[in-house]
Amino acid sequence: MRDVAVVSFQKRIGNADGLDEVELLAPTIAAALAGAGLARRDVGFTVSGSCDYLGGRPFSFVTVLDAVGAWPPIRESHVEMDGAWALYEAWVALQHGDIDVALVYAFGRPTQGDLNRVLGAQLDPYCVAPLGADALSLEALQARAMIDAGRCTENDLAAAVGRARGEPMEALLAAPYVASPLRAHDRGPIVDGAAAVVLVAGDRARACCARPAWIRGIDHRIEAPALGARDLTRSRSVERAAEGAGVRAGPVDVAEIDAPYSHQEILVRGALGLGASTALNPSGGALAAWPFMVSGLLRIGEAAKHIHAGGAGRAIAHATSGACLQQNLVCVLEAE
Amino acid sequence: MSEPVKRIKAPVRFDYTVGAGLTLSRFLAALVEGRLVARRCPGCTKVYVPPRGACPTCALPPGEEVVLVGTGTVTTFCIVNVPFEGQTMKLPYVYASVLLDGADIPLLHLVDVPAAQARMGMRVKAEWVPPSERRPTLESIRWFCPTGEPDAPFDAIKEHL
Repeated sequence: MRDVAVVSFQKRIGNADGLDEVELLAPTIAAALAGAGLARRDVGFTVSGSCDYLGGRPFSFVTVLDAVGAWPPIRESHVEMDGAWALYEAWVALQHGDIDVALVYAFGRPTQGDLNRVLGAQLDPYCVAPLGADALSLEALQARAMIDAGRCTENDLAAAVGRARGEPMEALLAAPYVASPLRAHDRGPIVDGAAAVVLVAGDRARACCARPAWIRGIDHRIEAPALGARDLTRSRSVERAAEGAGVRAGPVDVAEIDAPYSHQEILVRGALGLGASTALNPSGGALAAWPFMVSGLLRIGEAAKHIHAGGAGRAIAHATSGACLQQNLVCVLEAE
Repeated sequence: MSEPVKRIKAPVRFDYTVGAGLTLSRFLAALVEGRLVARRCPGCTKVYVPPRGACPTCALPPGEEVVLVGTGTVTTFCIVNVPFEGQTMKLPYVYASVLLDGADIPLLHLVDVPAAQARMGMRVKAEWVPPSERRPTLESIRWFCPTGEPDAPFDAIKEHL
């Protein structure tokens, strides 16, 4: 495998100024490239992740290419997925060896619509989606299954939220249910956002970054879309992706888990086999702010930042997609 | 149930509240005042109308505002002959790319001219709706009308097709 590193990362979370996608992204991408000492012409491959359902406009990612300046023509791709999967495509592209630099970005304005209902539209269109189930209700089914199986308690859910947002347990547990056993705070606040990551292969990465965050393993796995066909109290796809990425090959200093729901953080932490010595979601994670479609790429960027800054020697990042953790990606990042 | 199910209906409807962004919002707000306010790219100096969040060539945020007077030249056009849902114009009508004087990128709008008289190079000007009817939309310009000036030479528009 060709060595590939995250050399630069920039993010923009929240959108109080009412920016559009291009306005959110253009300065974010420019800062990410500048942070690596690179210019637009240095980028050999550009790939983005986003979801047309967030704005209700088809091919919305095409207009957003203004943010990268796609003239003269560039080599470019898009995934209708979280930006973490765009990063996976960039990593694969860099393995071919013909280019050294890839730009990955993600963007989303989920506050334009009712994300909870929009996510219901990704379910099996024949047997599940017509039931009208919203995302929060499905996640509550998973949380309930975990509690019934003794995998967690409501106190554990509150503890996860409390750690992410610095709020006291008592106040969290006193809040009313919105979909029992989940309370409103058990889902991260839905916010707009954008993120950009620069990947560079080989020795060139060392010229772009004092401490590159080398991708030592990356894998993603998907499970059946039929919720009844899965054991919702565990995540085989996280377990398999963690195995494929080599999570257990060494100690984990920092883990950034993409868990927009509190019970998911507990489930994924267990499936990754993380111990008490791992700093979990020092960024606050998706429970502190959930910029849908950006959240997974953010986790990779945040994990890489700890390696760039010297605070961690080995970090892992997780991204998720689909209802009840249907699809998961795990990435292992290491210093030299 | 002896008949197999061959088809289901599963209607989906989502409502959105879409913000136009800072750059486009300023353009739309100016339309209410009867003004066409373009923006110049600080890199390539091209003037965009409507302005965009970044120049697609330079990837730079827009620079200075450029107020356009609303006259321009038809670069290309199509004649709409096919009825469609939501149609408001009587067929056939002319829909054109209008290169506004002072701008580098054509604007798409209606041209109030019999279809047989539509042509490249035709000089036109914006006809605004009365102030009380103006909204933050390009419909605040009813259409573009011929000015009667001589047609612009092809060289004046050839870089804008």
